[in-house]
Amino acid sequence: MIYWEQMNARPTPTGPAKLLHVHWPLVILIFCVCGAGFLMLYSVAGGNMDTWARPQMMRFGLGVVVMLIVAMIHIDFWRRISVLTYIGGLALLVAVEFMGEVGMGAQRWIDIGPLRLQPSEVMKVALVMVIAQYYAWLPRDKVSNPFWVALPLLMTAIPVFLVLRQPDLGTAILMIAGAGVVMFLAGVSWWYFGTAIAVVSGTVWAVFESRGQSWQLLNDYQYRRIDIFLDPSMDPLGAGYHITQAKIALGAGGLSGRGFMQGTQSRLDFLPEKHTDFIFTSLAEQFGFLGGLTLLGLYTAIIMFCLLSAFSNRDRFGALMTGGLTATFFFFFAVNMAMVMGLLPVVGVPLPLVSYGGSAMLVLLGAFGLIQSAHIHRPRGADA
Amino acid sequence: MARGDKGGPTITRRGLVLMGVQLALVGTLGWRMRHLQVEEAERYRLLAEENRINIRLLPPARGLIYDRAGNPIAVNRQNYRIVIVREGARDPEEVLRRLSRLIEISPDRRERVLRDIHARPAFVPVTVAEHLDWESFARVAANAPALPGVLTEVGLSRHYPADDIFAHIVGYVGPVSDYDLSRIEDPDPLLQIPDFQIGKNGVEKRAEAELRGAAGNSRIEVNASGRVIRELDRVEGRSGQDLQLTIDSGLQDYTLRRMEGESAATVVMDISTGEIVSMASAPSFDPNSFVFGISTGEWNALNQNEYRPLYNKAVSGLYPPGSTFKMVVALAALEDGVIGPGDTVFCGGSIEIGNRRAYCWRRGGHGWMDMRDSLKNSCDVYYYDVAQRVGIDKISAMANRLGIGVRHDLPLPAVRAGNMPDRDWKMRVHGESWLIGDTVNSGIGQGFMLASPLELCVMTARIASGNAVTPKLIRSVDGLPSAMDPGEPIGLNPNALDAVRGGMFAVSNDRRGTAYRARIAAPGMAMAGKTGTSQVRRITEAERRTGVFRNEDLPWNRRDHALFVAFAPFDAPRYAIATIVEHGGGGSTAAAPIAQDVLIRALYGPEPPIEAWPSALHQTIRERRRLGQDSASVQRSRA
Repeated sequence: MIYWEQMNARPTPTGPAKLLHVHWPLVILIFCVCGAGFLMLYSVAGGNMDTWARPQMMRFGLGVVVMLIVAMIHIDFWRRISVLTYIGGLALLVAVEFMGEVGMGAQRWIDIGPLRLQPSEVMKVALVMVIAQYYAWLPRDKVSNPFWVALPLLMTAIPVFLVLRQPDLGTAILMIAGAGVVMFLAGVSWWYFGTAIAVVSGTVWAVFESRGQSWQLLNDYQYRRIDIFLDPSMDPLGAGYHITQAKIALGAGGLSGRGFMQGTQSRLDFLPEKHTDFIFTSLAEQFGFLGGLTLLGLYTAIIMFCLLSAFSNRDRFGALMTGGLTATFFFFFAVNMAMVMGLLPVVGVPLPLVSYGGSAMLVLLGAFGLIQSAHIHRPRGADA
Repeated sequence: MARGDKGGPTITRRGLVLMGVQLALVGTLGWRMRHLQVEEAERYRLLAEENRINIRLLPPARGLIYDRAGNPIAVNRQNYRIVIVREGARDPEEVLRRLSRLIEISPDRRERVLRDIHARPAFVPVTVAEHLDWESFARVAANAPALPGVLTEVGLSRHYPADDIFAHIVGYVGPVSDYDLSRIEDPDPLLQIPDFQIGKNGVEKRAEAELRGAAGNSRIEVNASGRVIRELDRVEGRSGQDLQLTIDSGLQDYTLRRMEGESAATVVMDISTGEIVSMASAPSFDPNSFVFGISTGEWNALNQNEYRPLYNKAVSGLYPPGSTFKMVVALAALEDGVIGPGDTVFCGGSIEIGNRRAYCWRRGGHGWMDMRDSLKNSCDVYYYDVAQRVGIDKISAMANRLGIGVRHDLPLPAVRAGNMPDRDWKMRVHGESWLIGDTVNSGIGQGFMLASPLELCVMTARIASGNAVTPKLIRSVDGLPSAMDPGEPIGLNPNALDAVRGGMFAVSNDRRGTAYRARIAAPGMAMAGKTGTSQVRRITEAERRTGVFRNEDLPWNRRDHALFVAFAPFDAPRYAIATIVEHGGGGSTAAAPIAQDVLIRALYGPEPPIEAWPSALHQTIRERRRLGQDSASVQRSRA
């Protein structure tokens, strides 16, 4: 760890010098992933820039500026406004309940002038920030105290409840994962996690075990829905169709793929949501196993760089926030990939930085800006 | 501002656990990816090849056509057919060989299918057989696994339950030809469907836009052999609109049967609304034989028949109106004031015009004629004289006012306007100036004058009502009634109209009237008519001297056309009729009896009392009824 020792020997940078301390390798990785996304959007539009690729690139440009601005602002500022962000996010979530527009069958959007804001996207970041702030504030000896554990659980439960009402299961899972990872990193006792896992699995077991018994917990139609959710092939015209087609596209790609713009499955409209949730299948069909693995490698490298940055950060808020956001990002792509590969039921999570969608792109780049800010403004040896 | 412990990185240990879990999950994803893309690649690649999405157009059900009482005239029937797709068949010849063991495929048909199948794109279905009975259809369906690329389909095809009765009105549908496609701008994608039928004639053609409807489509997923795996989504089309015609099937049927054996046409119109209740052209043909493509032999037989069955004589046939035109001349003269109803003209059998002589049909002459007598006797000399006094331009103008020489807007492709010549017309068309002899000829509806039976019927209706009655054929579209109006008053002097109507009454009801034998005897139903006999040949001076040939002595196509127009009842006119029998001889003997029977049938319905006919005819009518010649064949064919 000599590299880190030397860096830490210097004082926290100020002014334009901060630019030199931006985690540039991370920025380059983000550019690579987004670049792959543009290629895919160009390809699934049948070689048309204007359908998806160009708007996505413009949002990316805006997002990079946002990321750098966020990165330049001191991490203390972000910590101070984290509670405010959380409350604002909650207010927006409540607002979509009343004035949200129905998009894709679920209430997720809010229109502010020309901007389409997805409050649940913002909330994913705000929740991680506020819980990291909570643990930065909370004395270490109280971390595992039941009362002080209940508070962050409540802070998580409120937005999760609102998001589930929309209904947006994917985002709810990402929120729980992000908040849970922050609590885990903050040192909340293993017992709590063990209990949580036990309760969840116990409930699931009970629900399934009760089926057909005198004490059946759910209605029959609800069981059928769960069956279809778990095994989409039972509903070949609905969810099952998507997943079958996605697997066919992946398999058709083979080891090295069919070549750029040669994906018959995506081109022939077999794939649903080919520019959003299922974009990974297009990539895997065109560039094969090697292409898919490369993207997975890029994502993993991003995760590793961020985690390493968190490990080396002695600022508790910065470290926890970086860890939480990284975990959110990880679950983002992992859930999406597992979903299109048929490992998880389809829950509706896009592929981060690649899928088409302005709101997600902006928020993700903003989140990376926060990670950068934590990285740039981390306490150096001189401050200690 | 509590910052927690700053003694060193705060989360390293648990962070490493997290990192480990995440790497494990990434490993799982990579392993799964390898499983799908490397180990199972072959399987999925095959599945991918089998993925094909076809978009199929769903042809809409064509609108139905009914008569005025709601009896079906044109309906859709299920059509079981078998199609073959080259893409799926791989070896079409072998598949056809197997198919021919199940159903009959003529060598002709086989040849055509093989030609079509190679000429068209691989995925386009080609019809092998259609109108199969259910048994053959089921046999093929059951053997589907052995017949790759063969699809069984159920479609709709047009059927005309009344066979030939409405052929000229309704027309027929047929498969879209390349010629049709070349003539239509912005073709409807429906027309690309193999064997899709569009209107080729009659109302079916002119009302194509209403009848066709709009295509739906279904997105279906098919596998490599073209078998439908599932329907992904479906947009229903809009079926065509139903049409109700003004025609009365029973009367139409009767009219056609009554003209059997003749080359003739009759139009019957409701005077108060202009609705055409019957419009028949004999002989007729069976439109059903056109729906599936007519055989060459049948086509030639229809085409070479000198009675021209394919031709709608009622609206397309143009004939010199002959003496039925005399009402027009009379009205023009009365309206112009050159003659009064009571003024007389002396008929001595002929009249000198320049250095030529124009003869009356009655060589001995009629003596002193007033307007009523001139119509009753159909005196030619009277009209030679009157026509000269009025002049051709006013006669033509009057003809147009009465509906002759104007194109009536009926939903039929073949409606033709007659020809009402005037000075300008002759100069324009023939480059010659109008001669007085032309006017004289026109006075008796000969020469350049031409009119269709429809126009003569409109003329009669207008004289009977004094209104500008316009003919109508569509009673309602999709249940929405068409506007029915008696027409604006035509603006003729009521006294002039009465004088002409009186003359027509005398034609039918005066003992010496030319159509007295063909009157309606029942009180209150009396008809008023006018006979016409129009020459199709020139009678030379030499023939005049030796005696004009009798029609019976001439070959059929040189004989005179027989015409008759009438309306009834005289006191409260309901129906106007025009009948022409091509080369039938005299109007009073060939055309008037047909019009008489049809009018009686129109006034009384299917079972007219025998008293409607004059007693001299009772024996004939009874005989006809005994032989069943009066029964309507519509009921018979529908039973």
